[in-house]
Amino acid sequence: MDMKVAKKLGLKERYALMTRDLAWDTTYQKMEDVFPQTTYEGIKIHDWDKWEDPFRLTMDAYWKYQSEKERKLYAILDGFNQNNGHLSVTDARYINVLKLFLGSTPPLELMAARGFSMMGRQMNGAGPRVACQMQAVDEYRHFQTQIHSISNYNKYYNGMDEFAHQQSRMWYLSDGKSFFDDAITAGPFEFMVAIGFAFEYVLTNILFVPFISGAAYNGDMAAMTVGFSAQSDEARHMTLGLECIKFMLEQDPDNLPIVQRWIDKWTWRGTRKLASVGMMMDYMLPKRIMSFKEAWEMYVEENGGALFKDLARYGITIPKCFGQTVEEKEHVSHQSWIGFYMKPEATPFHTWIPTPDEMDWLSEKYPNTFDKYYRPVLEYLDAQEKAGNRYNNKTQPMNCQVCVSTMKFNEPGDPMEMCFRESVYKGEKFHTCSDHCKEIFDNEPEKYVQTFISSHQGLQGNCEPDGTDVKAPDFKPGQNMLDYWKLDKRALGDFNGSEDQKNFAAWREQATKN
Amino acid sequence: MAIDLRTVSITPLRQTFGHLARRMGADKPASRYIEATMDLQPVENYHYRPTWEPQYDIFDETRTAIAMKDWYALKDPRQYYYGAWTLARGKMQEIAEGDFDLVDELGLAAAYPAAGKDEALKVFLPLRHVAWASNLNKAYVSSYGYGIAISQAACYASMDQLGVAQYVSRLGLAFNDLDALVAAKSAWLEGAEWQELRRYVEDLMVEKDWFEVLVAQDFALEGLLYPLIYERYNEKLNAAYSPVFSMLTRFQREWFGETTKWMDSILKVAAGDNPANKAKLAEWITHWRERAVVALQPVATLAFGAEADAIMEELVQNLNARAAKAGITL
Repeated sequence: MDMKVAKKLGLKERYALMTRDLAWDTTYQKMEDVFPQTTYEGIKIHDWDKWEDPFRLTMDAYWKYQSEKERKLYAILDGFNQNNGHLSVTDARYINVLKLFLGSTPPLELMAARGFSMMGRQMNGAGPRVACQMQAVDEYRHFQTQIHSISNYNKYYNGMDEFAHQQSRMWYLSDGKSFFDDAITAGPFEFMVAIGFAFEYVLTNILFVPFISGAAYNGDMAAMTVGFSAQSDEARHMTLGLECIKFMLEQDPDNLPIVQRWIDKWTWRGTRKLASVGMMMDYMLPKRIMSFKEAWEMYVEENGGALFKDLARYGITIPKCFGQTVEEKEHVSHQSWIGFYMKPEATPFHTWIPTPDEMDWLSEKYPNTFDKYYRPVLEYLDAQEKAGNRYNNKTQPMNCQVCVSTMKFNEPGDPMEMCFRESVYKGEKFHTCSDHCKEIFDNEPEKYVQTFISSHQGLQGNCEPDGTDVKAPDFKPGQNMLDYWKLDKRALGDFNGSEDQKNFAAWREQATKN
Repeated sequence: MAIDLRTVSITPLRQTFGHLARRMGADKPASRYIEATMDLQPVENYHYRPTWEPQYDIFDETRTAIAMKDWYALKDPRQYYYGAWTLARGKMQEIAEGDFDLVDELGLAAAYPAAGKDEALKVFLPLRHVAWASNLNKAYVSSYGYGIAISQAACYASMDQLGVAQYVSRLGLAFNDLDALVAAKSAWLEGAEWQELRRYVEDLMVEKDWFEVLVAQDFALEGLLYPLIYERYNEKLNAAYSPVFSMLTRFQREWFGETTKWMDSILKVAAGDNPANKAKLAEWITHWRERAVVALQPVATLAFGAEADAIMEELVQNLNARAAKAGITL
């Protein structure tokens, strides 16, 4: 039910009356003081009224739809929990997907909520402001429903209990944190390109569809329902991101190079974040949906390609990194999983070597790379593990100064060579993982020298548990990382032999046999 | 007779997340509000400083003069996380919808006496712009407030005010179509009765201390405006004409009654944290209350004529009593 007004008004006019007609240009305070942030990035806006509302939802309609969705969602969650739904997942390895998800996703949704609130305050057009506010409140919904759906798993399995504490401390979560910190500390227009467009439009499908489908394929009705329930919100968010790009480009030709640089930057930054989605799809889901490579082809190369074709009329070209991402789709999931396997004492989720038939599946899905580069490594690690010599890398990793990923990606065109780049700023050397991250660094070195790299900070004594005496004569920095992370030892290392594995088997037995 | 339904019972390893067990002092099940709120905002290891205000961290306690030992003490007594909030508002909108439908069905707007209609619209309708300003000022609180307890409550309140602005607009359209909105906007921009109020909300749009914005907008201004209009003025119209306006502003009245509980609790907890907070809050309330009285006086006169002063005086006493109950001596 929409706001009912006199019949002569069209939907567009009615919505305008319910939003932008409420606004006025302030006179007791200067508009540039009320909205001080929308000029310093160099984006030129001449007429905010040209903004096309990407969706038209008045608050009464919003409350009606959303409350119906919430009622259904929480009824399903309650039923799932009451009925020990966690025992109906395909295999206890699946639960590690939820651990990865809980650590990496709700904290970022929260940052989106806060970031879009800021946009909903700072944009000086009334149209975009309302749209951003609506996205902000939706993002509250998303992080909260995600936490609520996983809360019951936390009662039975290890590794989820300290996600809130770990969000700003865990080394492997700092790529996502730096991504959102970068966006929220940028100006409002760059935030909209970063989150509204690159994240929510170009990359959203490959981010969320694999998690939701993975939940559905693996019997996790709780996470699946949360995902499906969020989809109609996401559809709104996508239209907002796209409208924002078009609006900037239509307002002034001088905006094009700025927007293009942001699209290049944020598509790449997003791509780096997706490496962990890749390993989730290819290695962690007991029942696979499709390979990461296939997903990349479908969601990024095809859909994204069509999108950029559509934007070509504004002068936008396909992101500079596109070619490299196409090459990397055959590698990153393997490199990431192997990287995590090699750090068994540093993550709150378990790792494992794929079973022989899972390796065959990978061979089939990655005919160009798996047998040639990655199967031999996995088989070697497997043999070592079985011989009682499980690989354990205890050293501090080297991280990219921009995306904060550990250095593990290969040189373009040469899978046997690790890729490093170097920049010098004020006499100091900074390392990046790729040409694209180097370019981002070189464009704004004063920003990226600030990056919080936990391996460096740990060695400098800045990552110590509360109460550590850093002045004590025998103090050695970085010796107490497990406590700093509040990492439960039961959550570490191999899935095989873990408490999760044993409990799941015993509980399933109890639930299904007499 | 109670039937003992059986489910397979498995003993959990833990009852809740670590941060919540530490906060509650025991490993026990946490409510959905607690799970959705507590200790979730990042507080450390930020990567970059905001390019728009490099003097601050992304989330920074020093954005307000108020200090708290624990920012999550600013809990919402309504326990609104998104789901609870949207369900509550869903119910309210359903009732509002029914009211608007009924007024439409029975032709109550058309049947309303012309004199009463003019009298009512000139007071009610510019309030759509006041609600819009409230939406913006609450968005500031939700953007820069510290901790999810306050940021989410302010975010929901901000959306509520967008809803209020739209309900008021709809009321105008029901009674006098587009003319109502056009007249209201021109009164808001140029009418002498509205300028002090417009100055008040515009001044808040440049105020930097988010807690002060909260006090000035939600406590001082709305604490006087809502009783003035949605209680007193409605009662006056009811007595003189018919309760149609009471029906069509039910959302606002319920909203204020409910939100007052939240606001008073925030003030009480903040004032109770330390004496400096208490003094600061008293200073802000006194300052903004004086300004709010100046801003609302002409509107009160428009609504109540000669009785305006007495009514304002009474409302100020009520507001002072709310402050006193929160432990703030003015």
